Amino acid sequence: MLNLLKQPWPWYTSGAAIAAIMVLLLYFGKSFGFSSNLRTICSMAGAGKKVSFFDFDWRAQKWNLLFLLGSVLGGLIAATLLKNNTPLKLAAATVTDLKTIGINFDGQLNPAQLFGIHSLSLKNVILLLSGGLLVGFGSRYAGGCTSGHAISGLSNLQLPSLIAVIGFFAGGLLMTHFLLPLILSI
Amino acid sequence: MKGLRFILAGIIFGIIMTKSEAVSWYRIQEMFRFQSFHMYGIIGTAVVLGALAVLLIKKYHIKDSQGNPIIFTDKEKSPSKYIIGGLIFGLGWALTGACPGPMFVNIGYGYVSFIIVVIGALSGTFLYGLIRDRLPH
Repeated sequence: MLNLLKQPWPWYTSGAAIAAIMVLLLYFGKSFGFSSNLRTICSMAGAGKKVSFFDFDWRAQKWNLLFLLGSVLGGLIAATLLKNNTPLKLAAATVTDLKTIGINFDGQLNPAQLFGIHSLSLKNVILLLSGGLLVGFGSRYAGGCTSGHAISGLSNLQLPSLIAVIGFFAGGLLMTHFLLPLILSI
Repeated sequence: MKGLRFILAGIIFGIIMTKSEAVSWYRIQEMFRFQSFHMYGIIGTAVVLGALAVLLIKKYHIKDSQGNPIIFTDKEKSPSKYIIGGLIFGLGWALTGACPGPMFVNIGYGYVSFIIVVIGALSGTFLYGLIRDRLPH
């Protein structure tokens, strides 16, 4: 059983499991949406005193912070107990494409060139900070992220969520095909 | 402890996201280059099964664990915020290879540099709160 869990999971298992998480949270009387946590953390840190957007009772969101804590632990379990040492099977075309923009595929989850602790150059720090900034700003502006819009919203057949998801993809394509090659060539 | 179930749900979420490699920067690149079905399969399966579940919950008026009706709130209608916000989110998603959930899962996995991404995301959220009245919605 453990060996079965250690292998990379196929997309259908994962997709079904994500739907199950969404249903489980609905059953608990909550709704699946991860990026709200970022707003909650700002509020916890006292941002509500200066900015009304963060002036709400963050304690009602405690359940979601616990979910966040769990997700960190889940990552830790996946990296230890369920660790698999076989390299990620990335499409050959992607490996070739990434090489042309200067990223060498290393078989890990994330390229050490960008995320390795030893490659934390000023450039990488700026890249990681600004990437995070865009995600944080964009998800609150759009009122949700992949979980809130792509999973919860689309499952409830919400047109606004479909528009947001199209936006996510448009931005992703723009970054992948035009901006990222430029950024990495600096 | 009442909160334990949320921690457990989060643990399962973190394991799913890692074991299916949905937290991988490489997989997100592969997706935005249309070079593998993998990520589309994950999101597609989740949405199809999720939609089916929502349909059944509404049809049979299924109650939550407290015995209260499960309520779905409609998203407010305002195309511009979804288009502009979505676009900005997408730029960051492709750059960091992570949406908010995977950022934290990656930290747990041992990619400590994702703490910087989270700091960025918190700053972005704060910035939005600061200037939201001046943005088109």
